[in-house]
Amino acid sequence: MMKKTYAVPGEVVLDDLLAGFPHASAVLDEGFKIVTLNRLFEALTGYGHDIAVGVYADFILRSNMGNSRGQIFQRVVETGETATVEGDIINRGRKRIPVRFTVSPLHTRRGSHARGLLLVAEDISALHATGQTTLYRDWSTDIIGHSPKMQAVFEIMPLMARTDASILITGETGTGKDKIAETIHRNSPRGKFQFIKINCGALPPDLLESELFGHVKGAFTGAVRDKLGMFKLADRGTIFLTEIGDMPLPLQVKLLSILDDRAFYPVGGERKEKVDVRVIAATHRSLREQVECGAFREDLFYRLNVLQIHLPPLREREGDIRFLLDYFLKDYATRLGKEVQSFSETALDLLLNYHYPGNIRELRNIVEYCANVCRETKIEKDDLPRYLFEQGRDNHATAGPLAPAGKEARADTRAGTSSETKASGDNWPAVEREMILQTLKTTRGNRSKAAEMLGWGRTTLWRKIVLYGLDEPAGSRGEKR
Amino acid sequence: MKILITAQGDFVAPRFDLTAEVVIATVESGVLAGKPRTIIMDRPSPEDLSNLIMEEGISMVICGGIEDRQYQFLTWKKIRVIDFVIGDHESALNRVLAGELQSGDMLPLTRGDLSL
Repeated sequence: MMKKTYAVPGEVVLDDLLAGFPHASAVLDEGFKIVTLNRLFEALTGYGHDIAVGVYADFILRSNMGNSRGQIFQRVVETGETATVEGDIINRGRKRIPVRFTVSPLHTRRGSHARGLLLVAEDISALHATGQTTLYRDWSTDIIGHSPKMQAVFEIMPLMARTDASILITGETGTGKDKIAETIHRNSPRGKFQFIKINCGALPPDLLESELFGHVKGAFTGAVRDKLGMFKLADRGTIFLTEIGDMPLPLQVKLLSILDDRAFYPVGGERKEKVDVRVIAATHRSLREQVECGAFREDLFYRLNVLQIHLPPLREREGDIRFLLDYFLKDYATRLGKEVQSFSETALDLLLNYHYPGNIRELRNIVEYCANVCRETKIEKDDLPRYLFEQGRDNHATAGPLAPAGKEARADTRAGTSSETKASGDNWPAVEREMILQTLKTTRGNRSKAAEMLGWGRTTLWRKIVLYGLDEPAGSRGEKR
Repeated sequence: MKILITAQGDFVAPRFDLTAEVVIATVESGVLAGKPRTIIMDRPSPEDLSNLIMEEGISMVICGGIEDRQYQFLTWKKIRVIDFVIGDHESALNRVLAGELQSGDMLPLTRGDLSL
């Protein structure tokens, strides 16, 4: 149980007071050190109560409100007037968050001089996102599509934003699962709080557990201090668990208990942490099939699958390819300051008939390539990436709307044979995959040495090995096909 | 090896992008070679600071909060970044020389009689 903090002994419990605030809040003493803070303050900054108490507030906040030497705090103490400043902070996740700070003086009953400060930090990311101009807006906040299948998705999204139930988003890689999740969050009552995304397939199991649930000092070798997990950081907001199908079974049990009890134990911790988090999960795999083969817990599947959205692959979205090609071309032309305006008929024919196994992400990358390469106002066939011609014929053969290969398109595409890799000379993921393979061959499979040679951390190499399916035995890949 | 610490007075600056003062120390065989020198920049600018780091041939940066974009840039340039350090830069330097400084470390002088 956390120790109670009294402003004046026997009068008010500050922790209780701050717990009722709808924004990140902290009480500072006369030296501008943190006396206490609420859960939202922990979530915003990434620092827990035990670490932050007693530390000068701006070392924890890392704000740009012009308070580096306590000028604003000092002014509030001297004038006794509340100050409101807009700025941003950098949280422990290395993310810049726009914030509106309100600093108010706190007096005791006996004296007129301020004896402390109340600091309220309101996350205004949502306001900033909507206030951006068309020219500079981040296209990633947009979802584009006119096809009937996407219209059905758009119709159901507001309903999902209004409820608080868990959501499962399914769809191939590159179909926009992340954007749908973030849009639902931003339009939900939780929109003004944190949206935390974590890729369950990108981290080794032990590290993933620590990232999700945090750990206490001494929980394992290297745990030199308490660390808040993603669930704690997402308190009152939304946590987006992408590639949930890759989550190890032991962690699935822990996730289930959070969904049921809204509480969890950090790694090595004895104190149960309560959280109020909405879970949105996404996967490119068929969770039903994973349940059948015992790789995913059935109870967790039903707990997550309260609401479901399936995002159709691009090849099933009639008319959207043309629309997206034009949209991204205009977008990149503006960003790159190019005069390129349209596609030639030959180029367009090729692009409209391409299979897009990487869906919108691949389409966008193709357009970005074209916009960079093209020197005229019209994109010609020669401006297209070469792998489109070399793989085009194969793609046409399997490009039916219900092509069976579609479900595992990502795995098949990324984990292609070396001959496919060589064919797609313009495709960076393929080049990178080949580069990793070659380096691993050179180091005889030693990942530490390979990571060093590539200039990456071991985790980055591990993530990319998983991404490109290099950790799967050759036999198992063959069976999928 | 050259170590750069983003500074604000006696402390590690809370933010990399708002730093206008840096301390550069040269380390040879695990000990300080000479007195660390301080550079005051014209203005706080993450781009100027990154350029300075490149020009000076820095191998390690000790800083407070840093945005992911800048962190990725420095690590891509094979510079070790020990970030989110809270405390005075002298202690930070001593700790790193002893091989004991890690990202997120809060140094002893941080709490208690802190005067800014």
